[in-house]
Amino acid sequence: MAHTVTRITRFNMTSLALGFAFLYLPIVILVIYSFNASRLVTVWGGWSLRWYHEFFNDRAMLEAAWMSVSVGAVSATLATLLGTLAALGLARGERFRGRALFSGMLYSPLVMPEVISGLSLLLLFVALNAERGFWTVTIAHTTLTMCFVTVIVQSRLTSLDRSLEEAAMDLGCDPVRAFLLVTLPLIVPAIVAGWMLAVTLSLDDVVIASFTTGPGSATLPIRIYSEVRLGVKPEINAICTLVIALIAVIIVAASFASKLSSSRGESAAPL
Amino acid sequence: MKRLSRCRSTASLRPLSTGGESGLKDVTSSEASVEAAKPLPEPAAPDMPLLRIESVAKSFGNFRAVDQLSLDIRAGEFFALLGPSGCGKTTLLRMLAGFETPDEGRILLGGKDIAPVLPHERPVNMMFQNYALFPHLSVRDNIAFGLKRAGMARADIAARVAEMVALVKLEGMEKRKPDQLSGGQRQRVALARSLARRPQVLLLDEPLAALDKKLRESTQGELMELQRRLGTTFIIVTHDQEEAMTMADRIGVMDAGRLAQVATPRNLYEAPASRWIAEFVGDINLFNGQVMSRDHSRLTVSTSEAGSLTVSELWPPVTKDVVCVAIRPEKVKLSRRAPASDEGGSHGINRLEGVVADVNYLGGVTTYKVRLESGAMVRSSMANTARLDVDAYLAGQRVVAWFTADDCMVLEQ
Repeated sequence: MAHTVTRITRFNMTSLALGFAFLYLPIVILVIYSFNASRLVTVWGGWSLRWYHEFFNDRAMLEAAWMSVSVGAVSATLATLLGTLAALGLARGERFRGRALFSGMLYSPLVMPEVISGLSLLLLFVALNAERGFWTVTIAHTTLTMCFVTVIVQSRLTSLDRSLEEAAMDLGCDPVRAFLLVTLPLIVPAIVAGWMLAVTLSLDDVVIASFTTGPGSATLPIRIYSEVRLGVKPEINAICTLVIALIAVIIVAASFASKLSSSRGESAAPL
Repeated sequence: MKRLSRCRSTASLRPLSTGGESGLKDVTSSEASVEAAKPLPEPAAPDMPLLRIESVAKSFGNFRAVDQLSLDIRAGEFFALLGPSGCGKTTLLRMLAGFETPDEGRILLGGKDIAPVLPHERPVNMMFQNYALFPHLSVRDNIAFGLKRAGMARADIAARVAEMVALVKLEGMEKRKPDQLSGGQRQRVALARSLARRPQVLLLDEPLAALDKKLRESTQGELMELQRRLGTTFIIVTHDQEEAMTMADRIGVMDAGRLAQVATPRNLYEAPASRWIAEFVGDINLFNGQVMSRDHSRLTVSTSEAGSLTVSELWPPVTKDVVCVAIRPEKVKLSRRAPASDEGGSHGINRLEGVVADVNYLGGVTTYKVRLESGAMVRSSMANTARLDVDAYLAGQRVVAWFTADDCMVLEQ
C-alpha cells in the first residue's frame, strides 16, 4: 500500500507542480516585482529597493501600518486573555449549566460570514454612539479572534492529564497555585500559539475593519485596498512583501510553539 | 514571624517513625531541632485506629459508588482495597485524599474529622495510577514540589530530595525530565514524590498496573520493604488479587460500594465470608446441597452434583439447611484408585469418581478438569513436584478426585 502511494510518476509530479504554481506563483511574482525599479507594475526595469524606500517615507502608509500592528497586538492580547478563560471554563467546568450553549455561542464567529459580523458591530457602535477608530476596530478584532484562541487552548487543556492538578493539590497547592505552577506552564505554548494566530488574523482582516473603522484611522489592508482602487503602485508590492514576511515569521513561530506544547506536557500515562 | 510560620507549615510533615538505615537517621536527627519546636499532631486515643471510616457514602447521580462503608485502618498497616472495576475502591481512595467529599459519614484521621480539610492540607499523599508526574519539571523538582509548598528551608529540601532519590534508587537521574525515564523509573519518581512529605498515610492507586509482570513482581517486594522501613500506613487500591495477597497485611474486598470482607490474605482465601468472595478470590469448586445430618461438628451435605459430601463445620456454625460446599482446586487430589485407608472415615475423605476431561500444563502446576458421573466438573490443581511426568494423568483416564472434610468450606447461599 505505502509503496503505491509514495511512487513518483510523471503525472504526480506535474499535478503537484501545477498545484503549487497556482497557489504560490502570484505571490512569487508579487515579491519579485516589489524589487522592480520601474514605475510600471507590469514592466521589469531591473532590481531596486526604491519602493521599499518610498514606503518608509510614506507617512500615511506608515501610520496605517502602525495602526494595524497596534490593533493586532492589543486585540490579540485581549482575545488571548478572554479566549484562555473561556477555554478553561469549557475544559474544566464539565458540570456547569448551559455549557453546550456557551460553547456554541463562543464558536459561532468561526462560521459567521465576516460581512454579517462587521455589519452588526457597525450597527452596535452606531447605536452606542461610539466614536469609530482604534478601539472599535480593536474590539471587533477581539471578538473575531477570541474563538480561535479558545479552540487552541481548549484542545491543549483537554489533552492535559487532569490528575496533574490533583497531584499538585495533593502535594500542598491550593487550586490557584496548582493552576499557576502546573497547568499554566503546560499550556503556555498553546496560549502563545493562540496569540500569534490572533495577530495574524487581525493583520489580514479587511472586511470587519472596514465596517468598524472611522475616518483617519485606516488599517494597512484598508489603506492598500483604497490605494489599489486608484491604480496599483509598485510600492504596494513592497508593502505586501513585508506583510507576507511578517506573517510567515509569525506562523512559523506559532507552529513551533504548538509543536513544543504537544511534545512536552503529554501526560506520563503509558499507552 | 516568618520563621515561625515556616515551622508550623512543616509540622504536618511527620518525622520518620523508624530510621531503619543510618542514612535516614542522619537526616532525621539534623531536623530534630526544628521538629522539637513544632506542635505535634494530636495523639490518637489509645484504642483509636489511625484512620476510621464511618458509614461513608458517595453517589454520582443515581450511581451509588460507595455505600455506607465503615473501616478501621491501624497505624503502620499495609492495607489493600481489592475489587472489580467500578466497585468504588478508587472513589473511596479519592475521598481519603480529599478529591471527593463524602455525601454521608465521617472520615477520622487520628481521631479528627478530616472532611472539611482540603486536599492540600491533609497529612495524606497519593500516588496516582498514571503517576501524574509534572512533565515540565525534572525528577528533582518533581520530588521537591511538595516540600517547597510546605515552606521547608532550601537546605532541608535538598537533603530530603537526596534521601528520597536514594530510597527509590534513582541516583544520577535527578536532572532528567519524566519523558526521559522508563515506566519503572517514572513509577519510582512518583513514589518518591508522594513519600517526600512523610505523609501519615500514603494512598496508592493501582501503583503497579502499568508495569510489566517481571517488574511488577520485583516492585512489589520493594514497596513492602519500603513500607516496613518507613512505618508509613499504606493503603493500596488494586484489582489484582495476587498483588493484594502478596503485599497487604489485610485486604478489604469491595463489591458494589460495600466492603464484602476485611481479612488477612490467608483468611480471605481459606475462609471467605460469602460465595461471591470465594469465587472472586482464586479458583474454586462449588456444589450446592442440603445439610442432611450433623455429627460432632461434621456435616453431611447431600449435593445433586457430587453426591453426599462430608465437611467440617467451622465457627460460626451453619444456620441454614441449603448450603454450598466449596473446595479449592489445589486441595482436590487425584489418584488412580481411591486412597486405601480411611481409618473408618475419621478423616472424612470425600471421593468423587470421574473421567479426566481436560489437562492444562502450566509449568509449576498442572490443572485438571474431571467430569463426574452427574456431568459436573471438578477442577484440581497439582504441583509438578517431579520433573518427569510420573504423576500425570491423561484426558479420558478414569480417576478418583478426593479431598478431606477439613479442606471443604461451607458457605451459605
